[in-house]
Amino acid sequence: MKKTKTQADHSNPVISIRGLKKAFEDYAVLRGIDLDLYQGENLVVLGRSGTGKSVLIKIISGLLKPDAGEITVLGHNMEQINEKELQELRVRIGFSFQNSALYDSMTVRKNLEFPLVRNRKGITRAEIDNSVETVLDAVGLSQTINQMPSELSGGQRKRIGIARTLILNPEIMLYDEPTAGLDPITCIEINDLINEVQQRYNTSSIIITHDLTCAKQTGDRIAMLLDGQFQRTGTFDEVFDTDDSRVKPFFDYNFIH
Amino acid sequence: MDTAESATTVKKNSKFKQSLINFFTDLYKINQFILRFFREAFVPPFELKEIVRQCFEVGVRSFTLISVTGFIVGVIFTKQSRPSLSEFGAQSWLPSLVSIAIMRALAPLVTALIASGKVGSSIGAELGSMRVTEQIDAMEVSGTKPFKFLVCTRVIATTLTIPILSTYTGLIAILGGYLNVSQNEGTSWSTFIQQVFEPLTFVDFVASLIKSIVFGFTIGIVGCYQGYNSTKGTEGVGKAANGAVVTAMFLVFIEEVIIVQITSWFR
Repeated sequence: MKKTKTQADHSNPVISIRGLKKAFEDYAVLRGIDLDLYQGENLVVLGRSGTGKSVLIKIISGLLKPDAGEITVLGHNMEQINEKELQELRVRIGFSFQNSALYDSMTVRKNLEFPLVRNRKGITRAEIDNSVETVLDAVGLSQTINQMPSELSGGQRKRIGIARTLILNPEIMLYDEPTAGLDPITCIEINDLINEVQQRYNTSSIIITHDLTCAKQTGDRIAMLLDGQFQRTGTFDEVFDTDDSRVKPFFDYNFIH
Repeated sequence: MDTAESATTVKKNSKFKQSLINFFTDLYKINQFILRFFREAFVPPFELKEIVRQCFEVGVRSFTLISVTGFIVGVIFTKQSRPSLSEFGAQSWLPSLVSIAIMRALAPLVTALIASGKVGSSIGAELGSMRVTEQIDAMEVSGTKPFKFLVCTRVIATTLTIPILSTYTGLIAILGGYLNVSQNEGTSWSTFIQQVFEPLTFVDFVASLIKSIVFGFTIGIVGCYQGYNSTKGTEGVGKAANGAVVTAMFLVFIEEVIIVQITSWFR
């Protein structure tokens, strides 16, 4: 699916981050991050490996605790939220992991049913089957329903991982390196799927990547993470229209090599 | 004392201090893990289907090995005890000796040791692999409770299943003992069984049951703790599996000593 320019509602940030800091032992990964994700937009966070991109979305989803800063997700201040509220909030956030994180011991069907039956009390068998078929259809993998994750290719695993998050109809999607380790054709398919999800499910997304093709195809806005802070933010062309020696090689390597 | 020697002493002291800190930190973490189990295990919703599945897994995983080992333990123990009793012309005490040894000590201990190796390592490796491949994180971010689904179900399953397996081991070992006794002394089944149950008291059965429950809980909680807190990629998975076996076996022996001491007060 071709990327169409999305009209994000800039008066309505679904995620708002101010002064976020996170260090691991003596190494400060995030050194004062400010970020807004607006309703309906795809925000790509670009950066080299080890710059804290994944740490950022793990903090947003509550998997990691920040050292300092204020994070508001869908109107909830993450510092003041209790465990029950966090669990309810997580249902509204989809998280697609770098390695898909499919449950090895379960079939594709069971993988998709798992979050659904635990979060929708009183759901009927027919409703479960319907939801599973709908999301599998959305990612174009209906035929894999009874397969085990070990029988799927890398690209299929990514798609099923995305389908598992979509089954709860999330308002926000967090993609951690969605195209890492995939061949170029599959990368394009995944990028198209991210755009399709944005339009079909009306999600706001943060896409963590170091793949500039992915950033260009999926991002409404790009934020470049360098030295623990967002150094450049804007459209793809705005971010790379620079002579900054830290940004230039990133662009050159991706498009020349 | 020269400077180099003093530097070595300081280094040794700081290493010892660090080990001591690590030991107490681990102890605190294990304590928190056990408390979390009790906080979450008995609060709805209960994962009954998963508990039944895990009970089946634990039982099936150990069944063959326990059958063979139990039988061999019964035969060997009877065979090895015979010469000592023969010296006093007391071979007729063999069934009683076998039953006391098996029911009081061997059945729960042998079952626990086999389950530590077979079930404990498997739990450690399974959860460890789920941790390093972010499957546990995936459960967490999808609004489910991985601790309840993965840890509570497995610990409950081992706690329920090990006593059943232990009883089974006892019966198989007694059968092994009977075959050996009947072959050598020509004792009938009914006489053997009568002599087996004669010396056993209510305290023996209760103590054996309590022991098995404690062993089952230990194997489950240690395996889960090691796997759930696994780090450092695939190397961590191996460490979790290994740690689950070694720690569980060690704790089983410690618990055996303590429980034997406590139950001896009631005899």
